[in-house]
Amino acid sequence: MSVYLLKRLLEMIPTLFGITLISFFIIHLAPGKPTDIFTELNPKITPEAREKLERYYGLDKPIVVQYGIWLKRIVRLDFGESFSSDHRPVMDKIWDAKKPLIERRLFVTFLINVLSMAVILAIAIPLGIFSATHQNTLYDKITTTAVFIGFAMPSFWLALLLMILFGVHLHWLPISQLKSMNYGSLSLPGQIGDLARHLILPIFVSAFTGLAADSRFMRSSMLEVIRQDYVTVARAKGLPERLVIYRHAFRNALLPIITLVGLSVGSLVGGSVIFENIFGIPGMGQLFYMSVMTRDYPTVMGILTIGAILTLMGNLLADLGYMLADPRIRAR
Amino acid sequence: MGDQTLRGIFWRRFSRNSLAVAGGVIVLLLFIVAVLAPVVSPYDPNAIDRHHVLMPPDIHHPLGTDDLGRDVLSRMIWGARISLAVGFVAVGIATAIGMMLGALSGYYGSWTDRVIMRFIDIMLSIPTFFLILAVIAFIGSSIWNIMVVIGLTHWMGVARLVRAEFLSLKEREFVLAARAIGASDLRIIFRHVMINSMAPVLVSAVLGIAGAVLVESSLSFLGIGVQPPTPSWGNILTLGKDNIEIAWWLSVFPGLAILITVLGYNLLGEGIRDSIDPRLWDRERG
Repeated sequence: MSVYLLKRLLEMIPTLFGITLISFFIIHLAPGKPTDIFTELNPKITPEAREKLERYYGLDKPIVVQYGIWLKRIVRLDFGESFSSDHRPVMDKIWDAKKPLIERRLFVTFLINVLSMAVILAIAIPLGIFSATHQNTLYDKITTTAVFIGFAMPSFWLALLLMILFGVHLHWLPISQLKSMNYGSLSLPGQIGDLARHLILPIFVSAFTGLAADSRFMRSSMLEVIRQDYVTVARAKGLPERLVIYRHAFRNALLPIITLVGLSVGSLVGGSVIFENIFGIPGMGQLFYMSVMTRDYPTVMGILTIGAILTLMGNLLADLGYMLADPRIRAR
Repeated sequence: MGDQTLRGIFWRRFSRNSLAVAGGVIVLLLFIVAVLAPVVSPYDPNAIDRHHVLMPPDIHHPLGTDDLGRDVLSRMIWGARISLAVGFVAVGIATAIGMMLGALSGYYGSWTDRVIMRFIDIMLSIPTFFLILAVIAFIGSSIWNIMVVIGLTHWMGVARLVRAEFLSLKEREFVLAARAIGASDLRIIFRHVMINSMAPVLVSAVLGIAGAVLVESSLSFLGIGVQPPTPSWGNILTLGKDNIEIAWWLSVFPGLAILITVLGYNLLGEGIRDSIDPRLWDRERG
């Protein structure tokens, strides 16, 4: 098992290298120089000043050398200095160690993604099992229809509809930001409650598509397992149906879900741009959007890399989970 | 009974599946509306009417007007063109790349396979939407750029699919026979193996169009996709968000159009899958 783990970790190195290569070159193949954003805004800038600026950011060197320098820095998680007016280090903007946890962008995105993953699993798994054990009943047909609609639902549209319903009409929930204005004056339970109220809609929206996909997947996985001989044997020896399903079939049906969860990390992280933007949540996705719009190259490259590392971690965790759950792989 | 050719069996199975037919009808309607946009749209989609700004739906404007008094129905009809074009071109590009790399990977194996598979792993671990957003923002958001970038970031599934088909097909007798009579690699790849792996590729392409439509509308919604005044469902929704307190119709209708379109492609894709897969045929006599 440890050999497998080691092999898996070693395999990640070329992948990581490739990710940095793509993040770097895609940005640098774009027309125009990254410093254009400064020079265009200031038409009076002299050629000398422009050159100085380019030298400052190392843009006068050949692109391969620039890549080398950047790579050497990001190994120490130093993504350079942001081009935005505050000129803060990129890492500081993503993970500001001086601020409380909830004000660090990476933590906010991470928290929302983990919570929505939990929501997805908590709902999708029972839903899928019930659908599978009641195949072709009215309930199964309703959930299948709902799943098709869930697949087709643009998440940003769902967000708008929920905002109109719960925010504009019913006034039940806040529709933007992570905290209320009076957050600082609240007690700790009050603060948590306030956060929770702000997080309900974003988490629901980000969980929605995954919910459809995972419950569908759980259904077909369960259908496959309950057709197998050992399940028939369990039934034949007179075990109650509840035990057959939840003790015997459930565990095997769960295995493919673990892989799916690992693979969905990438799309969850990518989706954070959309819902953080709609709900005005100060997370990594929102920062990415702002950086892209202002051509803040170091921040864009930094977040691309961090996003990819998170995805790789998700895949690795899924593999580990799979290994722990499946004795056949553990034995290898 | 009836036509026993593959095509005959396919059509019979397909037409019996009411959901698949519904999907096909939705896609067909979208086609017709998009092609006939100049004829069927009641107003010029860009005609500004300062006297009828943000009007709720009524007889004259069945889906209301936007903040410049433009007719929402007309803009949505023209937006169907964008949605259709982006879906087909992006998926065309993705499918071409995926088939090419998948074929190379599966047919030649060894280091070609390893390099391509590693590349796929890398592409899959960069959050796709981040990548698209960054590239589009930097190279500019023309409709062509959007199509190309969506295509360039969505080929991995097809590549894996085609690779798997090649792996299972390349050792079969008909390929050996072709090789024995001296057919070139190119000929074997395209004339013999690729032809036989088209069914799953077609299914994944139809489902892929649904995905591309969603990506385009998300980009346009974020202001990075199709740029106003060119109407797209996504950028009408942006206005919906800006006027969320006063103009629900700007949010509801374009989103519904996206939902129905994506649903249509998904139903059609699943329907084709069920009708095309011989392994499912004996479930009911077809």
